[in-house]
Amino acid sequence: MSVELDVFVVNTTIMDEEVYQLWLDGYTVNDAVKVRMEGGVLEGCEASAEVLHSDTMDQYRTFQMCERLLHSPVKLANQLLFQIPPHRQVMLIERYYAFDSVFVREVLGKKLSKGTKKDLDDVSAKTGVTLKSCRRQFDNFKRVFKVVEELKGPLVENIRQHFLLSDKLARDYAAIVFFANNRFETGKKKLHYLTFQDFAFCAGQLISNWTVGALDNMVEDMDVDLEKEFLQDLKELKILITDRDLLDQHKSLVCTALRGKTKAFNEMEANFKNLSRGLVNIAAKLTNTKEVRDFFIDLVEKFIEPCRSDKWTAGDMRLYLTHYTNSAHVLDTFKHQVVWDRYMGVIKSCILKMYHD
Amino acid sequence: MPGKLKAKIVAGRHLPVMDRASDLTDAFVEVKFGNTTFKTDVFPKSLNPQWNSEWFKFEVDDEDLQDEPLQITVLDHDTYSANDAIGKVYIDIDPLLSCEAATVISGWLPIYDTIHGIRGEINVLVKVDLFNDLNRFRQSSCGVKFFCTTSIPRCYRVALVHGFVEELVVNEDPEYQWIDRIRTPRASNEARQRLISLMSGELQRKIGLKVLEMGGNAVVGYLQCFDLEGESGLVVRAIGTACTLDKLSPGTAPNTTTHTNTHTLPNTAPTSNACNSPSKDSKEPVFSEDPPHSLSGPPTPLRTLPSSSPPPFSPSKPCSRQSSSSDTDLSLTPRIGMGSGGSVGKEAGPLKTLLRQHTQSALEQREFPIFTLTCFPPGFLVHVGGVVSTRSVKLLDRIHNPDEPETRDAWWEEIRQEIKSHAKALGCHAVVGYSESTSICEEVCILSASGTAAMLNPRFMREGCLDTGGSDHRLSRQPHPGMVGSERGEGEVSSTWLGFEDASPPSCGFVHIPYDEFNMPFPAQLTYCYHCRRQKVPDVLFTTIDLPAEAEVTGKGCLIQARLCRTKKKAQGEVNATSISNLLPFMEYELHTQLMNKLKLRSMNALFGLRIQISVGENMLLGLASATGVYLSALPAPGGIQIAGKTPSDLSYDQHISTMQKRIDDTIAKNKELYNIHPPKLFTLDPEAFTGLNTECIEEVVGSPIPDRQRSSRLFRSTSESSDELSELDLSHGKKDAFVLEIDDTDAVEDIQSLLTDAPIPAGFYSCNTEVMPGIHNWTSGLQMFTSVRVYRLSNANLTNQGLNKIFTDLCENLLKSLYFKLRSMIPCCLCHLNFTVAVPEEELIQVAVTAVAMSFDKETQQAADKALTRGSGENEEQLQFSMEMCGESTISNNQPTAKPSGVPESAMVHSSRVSSSERCSPLPEGRSRSLRSTRSLPCGAPVTVVKMTPLSFLPGTRIVKYLGIINMFFIRETTSLREEGGVSGFLHSFIAEVFAMVRAHVAALGGNALVSYSMKECVFMENPNKNQAQCLINVSGDAVIFIRESDQEAIPPLLTSRQTSSTGADGTT
Repeated sequence: MSVELDVFVVNTTIMDEEVYQLWLDGYTVNDAVKVRMEGGVLEGCEASAEVLHSDTMDQYRTFQMCERLLHSPVKLANQLLFQIPPHRQVMLIERYYAFDSVFVREVLGKKLSKGTKKDLDDVSAKTGVTLKSCRRQFDNFKRVFKVVEELKGPLVENIRQHFLLSDKLARDYAAIVFFANNRFETGKKKLHYLTFQDFAFCAGQLISNWTVGALDNMVEDMDVDLEKEFLQDLKELKILITDRDLLDQHKSLVCTALRGKTKAFNEMEANFKNLSRGLVNIAAKLTNTKEVRDFFIDLVEKFIEPCRSDKWTAGDMRLYLTHYTNSAHVLDTFKHQVVWDRYMGVIKSCILKMYHD
Repeated sequence: MPGKLKAKIVAGRHLPVMDRASDLTDAFVEVKFGNTTFKTDVFPKSLNPQWNSEWFKFEVDDEDLQDEPLQITVLDHDTYSANDAIGKVYIDIDPLLSCEAATVISGWLPIYDTIHGIRGEINVLVKVDLFNDLNRFRQSSCGVKFFCTTSIPRCYRVALVHGFVEELVVNEDPEYQWIDRIRTPRASNEARQRLISLMSGELQRKIGLKVLEMGGNAVVGYLQCFDLEGESGLVVRAIGTACTLDKLSPGTAPNTTTHTNTHTLPNTAPTSNACNSPSKDSKEPVFSEDPPHSLSGPPTPLRTLPSSSPPPFSPSKPCSRQSSSSDTDLSLTPRIGMGSGGSVGKEAGPLKTLLRQHTQSALEQREFPIFTLTCFPPGFLVHVGGVVSTRSVKLLDRIHNPDEPETRDAWWEEIRQEIKSHAKALGCHAVVGYSESTSICEEVCILSASGTAAMLNPRFMREGCLDTGGSDHRLSRQPHPGMVGSERGEGEVSSTWLGFEDASPPSCGFVHIPYDEFNMPFPAQLTYCYHCRRQKVPDVLFTTIDLPAEAEVTGKGCLIQARLCRTKKKAQGEVNATSISNLLPFMEYELHTQLMNKLKLRSMNALFGLRIQISVGENMLLGLASATGVYLSALPAPGGIQIAGKTPSDLSYDQHISTMQKRIDDTIAKNKELYNIHPPKLFTLDPEAFTGLNTECIEEVVGSPIPDRQRSSRLFRSTSESSDELSELDLSHGKKDAFVLEIDDTDAVEDIQSLLTDAPIPAGFYSCNTEVMPGIHNWTSGLQMFTSVRVYRLSNANLTNQGLNKIFTDLCENLLKSLYFKLRSMIPCCLCHLNFTVAVPEEELIQVAVTAVAMSFDKETQQAADKALTRGSGENEEQLQFSMEMCGESTISNNQPTAKPSGVPESAMVHSSRVSSSERCSPLPEGRSRSLRSTRSLPCGAPVTVVKMTPLSFLPGTRIVKYLGIINMFFIRETTSLREEGGVSGFLHSFIAEVFAMVRAHVAALGGNALVSYSMKECVFMENPNKNQAQCLINVSGDAVIFIRESDQEAIPPLLTSRQTSSTGADGTT
């Protein structure tokens, strides 16, 4: 005797969150049944593995039918096929668009192309995330990217509206889209210690300060790209390192302010010129899209690593960057205060975020 | 030309991509009614077209309005080739034809294609302007209300119950026409869908005409079925109960009644009848007389086999005939002679006879005193006799002339006659809880009908189409003061008898035997009613109806199923039919024995909602009996089950038996605990019932000398001659016990096996197949309707009867287990209205489909309620008040025959509530507002109305304020890419989900927020995996309603509000 057909359909679609997660994680039905058995779902119920298998199959089928709708979450709200309570819809969408940080770390900044998708089995092997789940996550990134690419207005808000995601998740997607668009290099060995959240934070900073939409919300333009004009203006900052007087003046101002406040003062004093050159050079190079890609690696190589080898604490870093930024205002020959602030504001918060082990 | 149908096509959304090049669609719509077709403009290059068409107007006969559906076809315009159809929507406009139902159909409806399923949605507006129909000879029956609900709909009051209505139409099945060989599957499916829609409409219209003829205005318990007879045609048949319903005006809401007459009313009518008693002589002939219209039709046609529709079973037959003629005298005399209180005897005797004769006159004039209702207004049901059922095996023949469906008519007529005569044999004049079904395999068809023999209160049935003098009669027969007086008298009697006041004897009235004690139609063991102590009751009662509200139940009930599988040889034609009809009585007998055993095992004494389904396949027959077992306080406690061996000398054998016995006893004890069956201790004061409460089980075992199997005749089977042999066979081992199972008997071993292998219900779950679970009252609003379908393939290795039985039992048990597991999040909950359907779609395949609703209840207050109700009448507050209201009202309007024009105030109320709700239209909750905001930029905005669905006639915690009309939909889905759609399970899963979606959408478009009395009457699934094909037909029905929460009666749910405002907004634009 064998079960040829076995379906269970409800009027108000209820989904077991645990099974949904297993499905999202790319478990096969049999593996999911195993996991559920081990999880003790049968305890207290007089049910057999057979029952569990049937239930898992039913749920998997429902998810598969829902998947099409989840691709455009707005449809989920006004489709008629499944009657799903609103709070459940929110859960379904949020979980569907959730991603593994290990996975996203691998594809962050990569082109969301077919080529990348082909390499997903390597990513899967490396991260331990199932290939199925990798594909879903990758397709999610790509789908969001495609939709918002064409849209005007603030990036985060666009994502939130079109995919009905929570603010947090929408921001993460904004970061992913932003990274993919600008193709920031994140895969280099030196950057491995950085988490997705570090990058997401930095992306948020860049989006809200360095893009076109950043200055004027009324501008009906994309904020996926960095503002060209601003990048041009950054070149002017070079004077801080090319003008010897200015550099010395800047150094003495910073050192005066820091003296006695930190144990790492000697190292700071010794390294000031190198560090300052590093930061200003990064700024000056950003007009070149290729250099933009290396933004994070440059930050690490030119600034974070020297500081780390000198054993600066996070407090030291904050102190240093604060005074470094502020002292520039006192330099009377330095005319680019606005650009400097806009640049350093982001750099400071990014470095502070990135300065950890 | 008395009607104008108007339709407006507003917009579409989520359309499929029809043009691969542009990924878009150039959609337009054809609107067709009858032979008239209108078209919208093409809305180019959009998946969300906005047609905003003009109003398309159809001027049509109301006859057509009833028969025809409005057909909307969405197409993709193609300049160079033929336009491609995207899909269709059929709209049944019947709900718009009754002034009390819906006024407009407006909303998003899924566009359906039989090959692709749902393909987007279309927003339409449909209205009907009806002109006054002055034609007396009309063929239409607009305005007759239809209800699937098998009780009196919640916001109506029944003035009169007219009785049985039936109709049947036949046609050739398009699937089997020659043209089907050359047309596409899609065209064939659509032809079929359209034909069935037409036939349903015609059927409903014809039934409506009959109702109007009878003087009624509604059909309650409307049951429509399809018989897909294959080559021989397509039969659509329907039965129902014609009633005159009055709408309850909002002022007299159920809770306005006083509590004083609570307990007086259910038995008022019988007693009051004592005033005018015609002479016995005059009535005698009426009773024994054969009904005038009996079997006037032609004798069974052609190849019909009469085999399995002989008279009941023989021993009872002579008695029953006798009893019908000499009934009244006998029923009087013994009671008086009993000495158990002369007053009681005197009262009961004439009461019964009078009742019989009054109802008689009303009922006998009808061909079939049959009612499809399962739930009755208080006082309607006087006595219940037992289950009556009939099966008949027929050979199908091509229907030669669709316009004269005489053959099928005659078949059913024959069956109904037989049901009627069975009821008569049980001393009853009516059949309630009646239903009909068929099972078809190739050319063999089993017709089945079953119901519950009952005595009814004539008060609800007088007059109508019969005579004008009826109202006078009613007036004279219902002297109000007298009735109260007699009531008081009874109260006194009972208080002295039972030692407490306010006894309400009528709560046990329905279990009192309707037949004559000394001339019983079958052997049964009678005792005095455990409640009133004055009338005789049987030891076990089987019925097809719902538990009456007034019934007093001890503990909780549970689902009891008997399952049976019997192999048969493959055969053709008459040989096949003969072998089937030979098997039927054995199956019925065994199913009945199983039911009885399981009932005893649960320590219960009555079955409600009994439904026995026998399905025929090529090489086997399946039998499935489902019912809800309860312990009726008025009936004696059931005895235990005793196992006996034939060779008691063997020691090890004895041991084996005693372990078995112990297991059974343990199970019984466990079940008593589980179902909380602790018979009431009220009777300790009663000398007769004083039997030591804790030992009632033992007492019963000793005190019931009548052999067990004879009780099986409570289920009044009409199978065949062979059944009496069986019961005789049983008598041979008449032991002293209440119930003996002989273990040498292989059948008995099987019985015991099946008894003990029934898995216990997991903690926190209850189950029943009736409307509500006795003993559970505090439902929460949490409910979940579900349908589960399973198909099993049998490996042909073990096709013995026992092997099959085991398999079949396991299938059902596993299915139940699966349901409990899936619904575990709703604990504590009860699966109500569990409706199993079995079929044998192909050789070696068994299909089981279940539809039910899981309702959660509140455990904490449950116990409190239990305590409060230990002595109460076991019905919940709402029902009680409602019933009071109904009866109070009915007496009033009986005196004033002109019904109040209550439709007006009601509609006014609805209107005002609409206005107020739209004013109050509150800001949406946060989550929703966000989604709204986000959709604003997109073409499709409004949130989807939540539509609840339930097979029950009510939704707990809510009040139904309006019935919008019947939903009766038929869908076909076919695929030629079965694997791609996820195999058979994937295919059926999405189809059922689509059917639900379409039902919900149509309910919402009518303005409703729930579908009650939902049922999936047909689910025919066929597959051909080799060709990667599958086809499925589904027929669903129910009543679309608007409900409001009991807690906030004023506040209409926000979703409803938004819909209604939108619909009123649309009104404005017209």
